[in-house]
Amino acid sequence: MTDHPIGLSIRGGVKVYPGTRALKGVDFDLRMGAVNVLVGENGAGKSTLMKVIAGVESLTEGRIEMEGREAHFRTKADAVKAGIGIVFQELNLFPNMTVAENIFIGHEPVRGRVDIDQAAQASATAALMARLEQDIAPDTPLDHLRVGQQQIVEIAKALSQHARILILDEPTSALSAAEVEVLFRVIAELKSQGVGIVYISHRLDELIRVGDYITVLRDGEITGARPMAGVDIPWIVRAMIGEKTKEFPRTHVAAFGEEVFRAEDVTLPRAGGGFAVDHVSLSVRKGEIVGLYGLMGAGRTEFLECVMAQHPGSGGRMFVDGAPLVEREVAGRIARGIALIPEDRKRDGLVQIMAIRENLTLSSLGLFTKGFHLNLKAEAAKAVEFVKRLTIKIASPENPVSSLSGGNQQKVVIGKALMTSPKILLMDEPSRGIDIGAKAEVFRTMRDLAAQGLGILFVTSDLDEVLALSDRILVMANGRISGEFPAGTEAATVIAAATPHTRKDQAA
Amino acid sequence: MTTATAHPSQTWLLLVLRLRTFVALILVLAYFSVMAPNFLSAANAVIVSKHVALNAFLAIGMTFVIITGGIDLSVGSIVGLCAMVAGWLVLNGVDTGLGWTVWFNTLEIVGITLLVGIGVGFINGILITRLNVAPFIATLGTLYIARGAALLSSGGRTFPNLGGTDEMGTASFPFIGTGSVLGLPVMIWLLVAVALGAHYLSRRTPLGRHIYAVGGNERGAALSGVKVNRVKMFVYMFSGFCAALVGIIIASQLQAAHPATGETFELNAIAAAVLGGTSMSGGRGRIFGTIIGAFVIGILSDGLIMMGVSSFWQTVIKGVVIVLAVVIDQAQSRLQARVALAQEAAASR
Repeated sequence: MTDHPIGLSIRGGVKVYPGTRALKGVDFDLRMGAVNVLVGENGAGKSTLMKVIAGVESLTEGRIEMEGREAHFRTKADAVKAGIGIVFQELNLFPNMTVAENIFIGHEPVRGRVDIDQAAQASATAALMARLEQDIAPDTPLDHLRVGQQQIVEIAKALSQHARILILDEPTSALSAAEVEVLFRVIAELKSQGVGIVYISHRLDELIRVGDYITVLRDGEITGARPMAGVDIPWIVRAMIGEKTKEFPRTHVAAFGEEVFRAEDVTLPRAGGGFAVDHVSLSVRKGEIVGLYGLMGAGRTEFLECVMAQHPGSGGRMFVDGAPLVEREVAGRIARGIALIPEDRKRDGLVQIMAIRENLTLSSLGLFTKGFHLNLKAEAAKAVEFVKRLTIKIASPENPVSSLSGGNQQKVVIGKALMTSPKILLMDEPSRGIDIGAKAEVFRTMRDLAAQGLGILFVTSDLDEVLALSDRILVMANGRISGEFPAGTEAATVIAAATPHTRKDQAA
Repeated sequence: MTTATAHPSQTWLLLVLRLRTFVALILVLAYFSVMAPNFLSAANAVIVSKHVALNAFLAIGMTFVIITGGIDLSVGSIVGLCAMVAGWLVLNGVDTGLGWTVWFNTLEIVGITLLVGIGVGFINGILITRLNVAPFIATLGTLYIARGAALLSSGGRTFPNLGGTDEMGTASFPFIGTGSVLGLPVMIWLLVAVALGAHYLSRRTPLGRHIYAVGGNERGAALSGVKVNRVKMFVYMFSGFCAALVGIIIASQLQAAHPATGETFELNAIAAAVLGGTSMSGGRGRIFGTIIGAFVIGILSDGLIMMGVSSFWQTVIKGVVIVLAVVIDQAQSRLQARVALAQEAAASR
């Protein structure tokens, strides 16, 4: 493996965000003509590292070297000039434009500075598609393509700017198995052309298969870096999560009550065939915390949305306290004792411009209403009560909720859910976007609630979290429940169940 | 809990900005009472109020619609259509086609006409909630449809002589637009009633809270159990109700109904709402703000007329005031957000 020259390296890379050190002195070598795999848990610093290389963020300390000289990327354009292309997890494409227009957006070939040279653009696109072995006409509207093909277009876009280094951030999260194969062929082709590829993914078997070098990040530090030969899943998991003791120990060994929620054969058809939620059945008992672990696109969020009546096309049966859940509207399901804490606070959880009080009571206005009349005094008292109960630190409940920190906002969302006196709490990535201290508090709150007899079903893609918090672990992959484990299960076992291709490979 | 105090000058500035519509009203009033000697007389106040009231009704309905993040362009046409419906009922009754005609008394005519306005609002609501037509387009469509229907009802002619008769029970029809109770015009009493009702609705009922929530974050509101479609249906129907009321008042006031009644009224209603601090992006607005906004616009145009300023200049000035109002509104939002952020940052420490 000596024929892989180092194309870019980072020495002593430190990145400080207000309140956190995302990178703590990272040394990273990127080898050309090879696949450099980068792996780590959410928040480990992978994305930050890649943003630094792509010029989206700049290092607080440390330096980037290319070909022995220090390189400065102040903007993404600088990095593009240096031959670095990045394909983000969320595609940055224009569905209303053609493939060729998408590839050349912002750097269109022009005649006389204004007139786009359509012919040159089309032929260049055709050449790129040939290089990537794709049968896609340059004038195809982008929204006619499948997600996998759109991903290829993103790669073509990077290549059109003469990228010598290509960063792929979770490229397979939205792809079907066949599309993954196409992507791997493209990667092999690019490798042979001398392109240095950085490949970020949570799918460990995939990493082992496609990677030449592996770098593992944990809490902003590199905990493992070596050639891929001889690496196996247990090695990666150890490097990823270490030998940490569990941070959120159970306060008591709870005796669970009877079953409070059950789902049977819940399905959600996916546009274009197949199921986003594929016949999922599960149950939660009183006082039990069930962790639903899975990778992006496994169908976890979609399942919770089905429970919360967000998908009219979904099928299956659900029961609360043994009685069928037939209500078709959110209000009805809330009344039956279901409460959802959505993943995206900003988009789904809160009305940002409304006051903290108004957000807390939004689902429970009936508590303060006689006829038409809303008793503002009673409402304000209840809001203050919940602020105290959840130890939300605020100056005034009349301030807009947007003025709060992420952790306090999350507590407002939890407060809103609890005010409806739920029997079962659905939490989608409850710790996303909040700092460590607030995280611990949210987890403590979850434990307290379970101890009071609430059933909790929480979704996470953080392995630490699911292992530490759950009384029972369910794993989802490709829309199905792919495993069920008791508390205290080995991390590697859980990961294996979450990675759908692993079992196939083992069987083969 | 430590209460972080904002800088005193900031607090003052914020107060002035928050009350800006009111400040504007005082300024406009003061200016005209100096420049036009008769301006502050009781007689003139009643005249101005009557002008303002018509716009204020529409602006109240419009405010709810805009708070949900929508817009209702059809209100001017609903005014015209409803004036024609009321005129038709007073003049012709309803021909049953069986050789006899049903006649209605004033109260029944008012009820039927209000139902027509609510009905157009219902159609707007269905287009927007069930058929997913953008509010701008849906109400633009009904703007034309309702206006066309108004023109068709009389072949474009005016219904004259809506004085009503005792034997039909319609002699009281002109009273709505011209009568007085306790020294104040009936329409002013109506405005007070509608304004108080709307204010109560917006501040003290779950429906009112839901209206704000839908405009602030529709998805978030839906996930919190707010019945978004029902809320939207209500605001368009209420806006239609307000427009119908204006149509009745105008027909009664003039004792005639013309199919072009209410043309471009929707623009004045939007202007009053915006001037009163309603945010076009939804989630923010107050009924009293809107009413003050309507007064500023009304006093501005009446005052300028009394001063003999050309109506062309009036149009320019109205535009400047509206744009200025929005610019100040932006400044206030930013300052308010900054103060709140500072307070909360201090509290979470």
